[in-house]
Amino acid sequence: MGGFQDLLQFIFAGITNGAIYALIALGFCVVHNTIGIVNFAQVDFVSLGGMFLFSGLFWSGLPMVVALPLAVGAVVAVGIAVERLGIRPSRSQNHLVLIFLTIGISIVLRGIMKLVWGKNRMAVPPLVDDIPFRIAGAAILPQAVAILMITALVIVLLVFFFHRTRLGLAMRAVASNQTAAMVVGIPVGRVKAASFALAGGLGGLAGVLITPITTLSYDVGVLLGLKGFAAAILGGFGSFPGAILGGVGLGLLESLSAGYWSSDYKDVAAFVVLLLVLFIRPKGLMGK
Amino acid sequence: MMTTRDKLFYFLYLHRTGLTVFGISLLLLVWPLVERNPYNLGLSNLIAIYALVVLGLNLFIGYTGQISLGHAAFFAIGAYGSAIGTTTFGLPVWPVMVAVALATALVALAVGLPALKLSGHYLAMATLGFNIVVYTILVQWDVVTGGPSGFAGIPYLAIGPLVFDNEVRFHYLVWTFAMLALLLCLNLVRSGVGRGLAALAEDETAAAALGVDIRRAKIKVFVLSAVLAALAGSLFAHCYAFVSPDSFGIFVSVDFVIMVVVGGMGSIWGTLFGTALITLLPEWIESLESFKDILHGLILVLILLFLPQGLVTGIVDAIRTRIAVGRHHA
Repeated sequence: MGGFQDLLQFIFAGITNGAIYALIALGFCVVHNTIGIVNFAQVDFVSLGGMFLFSGLFWSGLPMVVALPLAVGAVVAVGIAVERLGIRPSRSQNHLVLIFLTIGISIVLRGIMKLVWGKNRMAVPPLVDDIPFRIAGAAILPQAVAILMITALVIVLLVFFFHRTRLGLAMRAVASNQTAAMVVGIPVGRVKAASFALAGGLGGLAGVLITPITTLSYDVGVLLGLKGFAAAILGGFGSFPGAILGGVGLGLLESLSAGYWSSDYKDVAAFVVLLLVLFIRPKGLMGK
Repeated sequence: MMTTRDKLFYFLYLHRTGLTVFGISLLLLVWPLVERNPYNLGLSNLIAIYALVVLGLNLFIGYTGQISLGHAAFFAIGAYGSAIGTTTFGLPVWPVMVAVALATALVALAVGLPALKLSGHYLAMATLGFNIVVYTILVQWDVVTGGPSGFAGIPYLAIGPLVFDNEVRFHYLVWTFAMLALLLCLNLVRSGVGRGLAALAEDETAAAALGVDIRRAKIKVFVLSAVLAALAGSLFAHCYAFVSPDSFGIFVSVDFVIMVVVGGMGSIWGTLFGTALITLLPEWIESLESFKDILHGLILVLILLFLPQGLVTGIVDAIRTRIAVGRHHA
């Protein structure tokens, strides 16, 4: 029975982390679909979410229900600022230049975080009660259930956004053919800014959800973000269902390899599998 | 009829690259006689070692339009390969260096062959993932690599009785390698292969139509750049006699990329400048410790926004335009 109980525990932990990776992967996809680049600042949106949550709770003394949406909102604002100040003024539209720009912005954001919040590790209390309940012997934290529910809700909202709202449809139009979108009068510039706002929101949300589980510091988003990136590629870059599948798949894989092989190499497992997938099925699981 | 003065200028113009290389070599030859501060020499040696990595990386980024965010991993393979080969196994230094370079070529081939079939971010991710894997192994596999505390006791390089064991001797050793690599890269970009590569960076489809074998060209340059990085790693290990994982993380890879961008993608001469600037920058702004990262990133962002060709090319172009405009008005 112990074996099954462990397995269940690992699977649940994997899905929880996978949900976070999926959120980050979706953020990568949104920007990739509208601008065609990998936005490396996505990893810092994740750290920033946690940082703002920490400040809201401990510097301003706000309750969790207020601090959480405020923190996500603040990262949305950062996303917009990044597009407005860092990407839009670019003289060159060369993808290489734009990608390196996001790397530069990422370094600046990390520097600012280090300056404002310092290098120390910080902790944030759990979103909800931290007394675990048991399913078939496996201990499950309400926190993890909350993460899964919020992620699921966000995905439903995203589907609604992309299929039913003007802005969402405009974003899909720009994603499929920018020139054609421009011709029919879609404000492409504004859509690009919106994609950064959305990417900020998704990254920030991933950040506020994960921080109560791990400790927080200015560079916590880097590894998480890169795994989100890996998840996006695993699923087939740019594909939304792929991002979710890739995220959950990666989370499961990591948790199972940590449980049954070695937790020292947990971070490696994700990237080794990613490299293998790239070699065997380069367009990812859901890629065209 | 050409006057003697015209002939002289023509000669200087015709041989400007060779003369510049010769001039820099001459300066490098006498510099240790003037510079007595080993700390400054040490910094310059580090620039030479990094320049080896960045020269190759710049060929790859500037001439194939691809991104590698994992060159610190090839640097690591060179360093740890040399360290383990010469210390743990007690093998002779120079053959180990050659063997490690060859092994790195095979590793680069294994990483590059599948990833280079795809464009842009796939290779960025594959190389980044590869870097994380290599770094984690360096930290975790402590029986072999020494773990987080590093690997000590690596022997110095030597040619017969001449042992490279102080900053002045390192200077001649590493700058010889750096200048040879510079000459190699200058020659490469001016050869037929290089012109094919330039076409490739400009427009992949057009280059293919003109008969450039895109995949083969990309892979060749990728492997060459990895081998240069490994060579730099070996030199690094033998000069410092000590290596630790800190020198080989993904942020080091990012720094290499910044050096390329600051110097100018595709500009061989810019490489030297970019490498020197980014290596020296932390020394100059030491008093601004907490602003260091922000400044680092801002420099990259501002250059990309306003001089996307890099500082050297950008400024030279700006001056040329100014002169041309001046002539036009006159």
